[in-house]
Amino acid sequence: MKKALTALWMLFLFSIPLWMENLYVVHVLVITGIFIIAAMSLNLLLGYTGQLSLGHVAFFGIGAYVSALMSLGFSVHVTSDAVVGMEPKPVWLAIPVAVVVAGLCGWFIGKIAFKVRGAYFVIVSISFAEVVRLVAVNWVELTQGPMALNNIPPLTLWLPGLGEHTFWKKPENYWLVLTVAVVSYVVVRRLVLSRAGRAMIALKENEPLATAVGVDVTRYLVLTTVVSAAMAGSAGALYAHYIRIVDPDVFLFFYTVTMVIMVVTGGKGTLAGPIVGGLIFGLLPEILRVFEIKPELQWIFYGVLMVLVLYFLPEGIVPAARKWWHQREHREGRGRSAAATPTGRPGR
Amino acid sequence: MLGGIYALLGIGLTLIFGIMRVVNFTHGELYAFGAYMMYMLVMLLEVNFFLALVLAVVLGVALGAIIEITLLRKLRSANIDTTMLVMIGAWIALQNTEQLIWTGVAKSIDSPFPAAPLVIGPVSVAWNRVFVFAVALVLIVGTYVLINHTRLGKAMRATFQDRETAALMGIQIGTINTATFALGSGLAAAAGALLGPVFVAYPTMGDLAALKAFAIVILGGLGNVVGATIGGFILAFVEELGAGYISSGYRDAMGFLLIIMVLVFRPTGLFAQKEGVG
Repeated sequence: MKKALTALWMLFLFSIPLWMENLYVVHVLVITGIFIIAAMSLNLLLGYTGQLSLGHVAFFGIGAYVSALMSLGFSVHVTSDAVVGMEPKPVWLAIPVAVVVAGLCGWFIGKIAFKVRGAYFVIVSISFAEVVRLVAVNWVELTQGPMALNNIPPLTLWLPGLGEHTFWKKPENYWLVLTVAVVSYVVVRRLVLSRAGRAMIALKENEPLATAVGVDVTRYLVLTTVVSAAMAGSAGALYAHYIRIVDPDVFLFFYTVTMVIMVVTGGKGTLAGPIVGGLIFGLLPEILRVFEIKPELQWIFYGVLMVLVLYFLPEGIVPAARKWWHQREHREGRGRSAAATPTGRPGR
Repeated sequence: MLGGIYALLGIGLTLIFGIMRVVNFTHGELYAFGAYMMYMLVMLLEVNFFLALVLAVVLGVALGAIIEITLLRKLRSANIDTTMLVMIGAWIALQNTEQLIWTGVAKSIDSPFPAAPLVIGPVSVAWNRVFVFAVALVLIVGTYVLINHTRLGKAMRATFQDRETAALMGIQIGTINTATFALGSGLAAAAGALLGPVFVAYPTMGDLAALKAFAIVILGGLGNVVGATIGGFILAFVEELGAGYISSGYRDAMGFLLIIMVLVFRPTGLFAQKEGVG
C-alpha cells in the first residue's frame, strides 16, 4: 500500500512537465527543487546532529563555482609568471568534481569547526561563508568577481535511446533536478536509518552521554558535514548549469536563511520536513507575487511566519501534522498504536 | 574611530549573550535603526544634531525593550537554538521593514562639524571623527561604570554567574533581562547613530556590523566588557592593516579570518582567564 502510494506520487511528480503547459511554473519548480536539495542537506546537520550551520550556502556556492569553472576552463597566475590553468571540461565531469570539492571543503570545515559547539559553531560557519564570498568577489582573475561567470554550458549527457543530449529546456532540467532530489532523499534516508544516523541523533540528544557510550562524536559530525556539504554542492552545480550564470551573490547569507527557514518550518530532523518547507517557501513567493505584494513585505511576512511557527509549532509542520493525524486516528478508535510518536526519531 | 564603534557594538552584544544566553541576530538591525533615526530626526524633522543623537539612543533602548518583552520573555526557558532562530526571524522582519519605510537607497545625514580637519602635528583628523570617538569612549566608560559600580550592574553580574541563585537572592531576572537587552540595543543604536552621519545609512548596513560584533565578542571572550573593548580596537586595527598591506577588497574578510583563527587556537577568547562580566 505504502509502496504503491510512493510510486503513484513519483509518477505524478515525473509527469508534471508533460501536462503543465506553463513553462514558468516548471521553472519555479526547478528552482524550488534545487533549494529542496540544499535544504535536505542542511537538515542533515541541523535536524539530525543539532548543529546550526549558518554558513551552509558556502557549500552551495562552492559547488556552483567549481562546476562552472571546470566547464568553462580557467587560468590563474599563481606568481607573476607561473600560470595554473585548465581547458574546459565536459559538464558531466564537472558536476561530480564539484560535489567532491564541496565534500572536501565540508571535511576541512568539519575538522576545524567542531572543536567548538553551539553559538561558537554558528559563528565559525557564518565567518567561513563570508570569507568564501569575499574571495569570490575579490579574486577577479578566477571568478570574474561581481562581473559573474557567464555562458556556463548546460549539461550534455549520453542517454539511452537519445544519444548525445544537451539539457537546454526546462522540462529536461526539471527531470534532472527531480532525479537528483530523489537520489539525495534516498541517501539521507539510508544514512539516517543506519548506525551513523543513530549516532548522530544520540549526540544531538545528549553529547556527553553519546561520548560515554562510545560514539566517536567528532568523526560522525565530520562525516555528516561531508555528506551534507557534498549534497549542497550538487545543488549548487545543478543551479550553475541551469541558470548558466554564477555571481558572488550565490554566497549571500540570505540563501542560508532561506534554507534554515525551510527546514525549521517543515520540521527539522524529519525526512519530509525540508521537502514540505521547501515547497512552501519555494512556491509562496510566486503566489504572493500574483497579489503584487512588494518583496520587502514578503520578507517581513517570512520573518513573522518563522517566529510564529517557532512559537506555536516548535517542532515544525511535519511532526505537528503527524501528531494531529495520530490523535485523530486514536479518537476514531482505528489506530492501535496511536500514542504520539516520540520526537526526534526518524520517521517517514 | 572605527575601533570605538566596534567596541560599542561588541559590548552590547557580549552583555546580551553573557547575561541572557541569547545570540542576538537583531543587533545589526538596532545599529541600522540608530542610523535611520538620525536620518529621520536630523534630515526630515530638522531636530538639533546632538538632541537627535540622544533621542536615537533612547529610541534604540525602547525598541530593544519591546523586542525583549514581546519575543524573548516567553522563551526564557527555551533552548538556545530556538531563541536564535526566533531572533533570525525578527531580524529578517526588521530589516525589511526598514527597507520598506526608507527604501533601499542610501541616505546621507548632515553633520554640524566643520569640514576642515583638526591638525595635530603630522596627523590630521576630521572633526566629526574626533566627536564620534569621544562619544564612543564616554559610552564605553559609562557602561563599564554601570556594570561594576551600581546596584543594577551588581544584579547583572550576579545573573551572569548563576541565574538560579541570583533569582533566589531576590533579583528579578525578567527585569534584568529587559534592562540588559535594552542597554545592549541602546549601545548598538548609539553606534549606528554616531556612524550614520560619517558614512551613509542603508537597510543592510546592519549585516556586516552584526557579524563583526560577533567577531569582537569572540575575540574578547563572552560576557567580557573589557575584552570586547580591546577586541573592537584589535579588529579595527587588523582590518586597516589588512586593507593596507594585503588588499582593500579583503578588508572585511580579515575579521572573519581572525574569528576562525581565534576559535581554533583559543576557543575561549583572547583574554578569557575566566568568564565573567566586567
